[in-house]
Amino acid sequence: MKTYRSMVLVSSDTQSVERGANEVFQQFQQEIKSFGLENEVSLSMLGDVGRHDAIPMVVVYPEAVIYGPVKPEDVHFLVEEHLYKGRIAADLQASVKELSGRIAWLSARKGTLPAEQRIVLERAGLIDPVSIDDYIVHEGFESLGKALTQMKPEEVIEEIKQSGLQGRGGAGFPTALKWGFVRKAAGDMKYVICNADESEPGTFKDRVILESDPFNIIEAMTIAGYAVGASEGYIYVRGEYMLAQERLRNAIRLSEEMGFLGKNLFGTGFDFRIIIHSGAGAYICGEETALIESIEGKRGEPRARPPYPTTNGLWGKPTLVNNVETLANIPAILRHGAQWFRSFGTPGSAGTKVYTILGNVNSTGLIEVPMGITLREVIAIYGKGMKGGAHFKLAQTGGSSGSVIPSSLQDTPMDFDSYKLAEVSLGSGALLICDERTCVVDLARVLQNFFRKESCGKCGPCRIGNQRAYEILTNISHGKGTISDLAHLGEISENLYQLSNCGLGQTSATPLRDIMRHFKSEVDAHIKLKVCPAGVCPMHG
Amino acid sequence: MANATANDDEAIFKAVQDAVERHGNSREELIPILNDVNHEIGYIPAKAMHEINRLLKTPESHLYSVATFYRMLSTKPRGRHVIQFCESAPCHVVGGREVWETLQEHLELAENETSPDGKWTLITTSCLGVCGVGPVIVIDDDIFGNVTPDQVPDILSRYS
Repeated sequence: MKTYRSMVLVSSDTQSVERGANEVFQQFQQEIKSFGLENEVSLSMLGDVGRHDAIPMVVVYPEAVIYGPVKPEDVHFLVEEHLYKGRIAADLQASVKELSGRIAWLSARKGTLPAEQRIVLERAGLIDPVSIDDYIVHEGFESLGKALTQMKPEEVIEEIKQSGLQGRGGAGFPTALKWGFVRKAAGDMKYVICNADESEPGTFKDRVILESDPFNIIEAMTIAGYAVGASEGYIYVRGEYMLAQERLRNAIRLSEEMGFLGKNLFGTGFDFRIIIHSGAGAYICGEETALIESIEGKRGEPRARPPYPTTNGLWGKPTLVNNVETLANIPAILRHGAQWFRSFGTPGSAGTKVYTILGNVNSTGLIEVPMGITLREVIAIYGKGMKGGAHFKLAQTGGSSGSVIPSSLQDTPMDFDSYKLAEVSLGSGALLICDERTCVVDLARVLQNFFRKESCGKCGPCRIGNQRAYEILTNISHGKGTISDLAHLGEISENLYQLSNCGLGQTSATPLRDIMRHFKSEVDAHIKLKVCPAGVCPMHG
Repeated sequence: MANATANDDEAIFKAVQDAVERHGNSREELIPILNDVNHEIGYIPAKAMHEINRLLKTPESHLYSVATFYRMLSTKPRGRHVIQFCESAPCHVVGGREVWETLQEHLELAENETSPDGKWTLITTSCLGVCGVGPVIVIDDDIFGNVTPDQVPDILSRYS
């Protein structure tokens, strides 16, 4: 590879592009040329660094200076000052106080900010996501080579088992166990599916992983294919993620050209190919059996389980379905070993978790931290406190189907075991932080509205229950609630939990149940006093 | 989005044939094919369904059952520009409702309506995965984040 004196990276995630990152990139191309620096300065695109307060962002190495937000008209000055004259253009530097994520990690080495621990987002923001060379230089495909040439499939599964990796899609099922089921299932034809139908409101971690390090998923799926005995993989990407699809298509094409995908990989006789399948807008397709139906070209209606996809999946064949974040851990585990992985997180929940921080905090975005961090730490350190000095009222963890947790639980460690004991769910990793201006009835109404629209309609409890709960909550918010509504809501949430066919229906009443448990007095005020304490609900009409 | 009018039979047939050629004529490719046709024509007209039925040898009842299931597909004509407003909780708690009310007032449209001049269709959608910058609206393929009610007229004026 050619070496350069300086390296310029321009952020190129969906949100940066929306704010003119492409124009900034083109301007850099022109300016670098007009200063005659083509042979000294390399220019690449940068994946999402997880923070959106200073985008489009430009990072210049080796100094690791971060500029942002950068406008096309700033580029001439930047090139002249920093790249031509060698002076840091301090006026355009992004404020360190405003930044976190990878940038914080860089700053933390200088002792200025708390560090994250990045495993799945290890390369995010450091490499060019469309360059296979860059990926290989950063230890890319090392684990695939190791697995294929030095390990038996059973040994790969054993290593994952030792690492204690649990599924990051929400349920926390032990990954090695699932892999073992598929490996042991009878049949010649097996499939690996990467579930990238991320639709849980507030969750965009998978998009960031796919946009900023797509080759990592290709490598992980190929390792999974080898371990379970599959020769074909599907990535089911939600239809709205156009950039992620484009990056994956590019990654698959380049991997095939370089011989990391296709026939006879590493000369071992192992074949593997990957197909991208785009979704078309349906929350339910994140449920694994609905996702499989959708790949088969049908309505995304969940199947009855059992039989599970591990024995009867795509086209009725044994199928491994893993979430993007789960898979993204695999290459790092094989590279560094299970013990290394276990050194992060808690004894019961190894590794890290990627969270999206949203709502009424000063800094929204995405972080990757060890399992077991508390909500209070997340809000104070990474969210930079509540916006406007407001009080923390509640958080919803894990998207619409996640728990609503009151401030009394904000010191509970966020790991699978502790959350289970507290009867809350960790879910997909979305952390929606709400201050006291949020009304719980209004929030519940918005969430039931989501479920009544996203219910696939196959089974009655979910189709009717969510619609009915929405109607009752709407009545309450208009001051028309009656005492019997409380009993009805309780009955509906119990029925949804007990009688629904799939996970969507079963968890759709989780927030409602939590609100009735932790914020009953506020709901009561709406019904008995006809008052909305937060002043949000109309309470008339 | 809508480059062709609904009456333009040739454009419809071409869109279907291109999509089938791109993805192959097997039933498992139905969703990618419908996606492409929807994107090209702006919706999936009945004539496109006949053509897909002919090429894929799949009953139209099945085609409609799939096309009406997914949010991104439409079997009814839409305006030249489709505005999607995210109504999920993360956008809601940071001021989404005010943006939604402004959109409705400004366009004089309610949810799922198309303006009489065929310019706008206003729909709500579930989370679009850009929650870091809520409230979010998407017009055709353009994403607008951190939208405030007073920005709405300016954003809409960019489309003709």
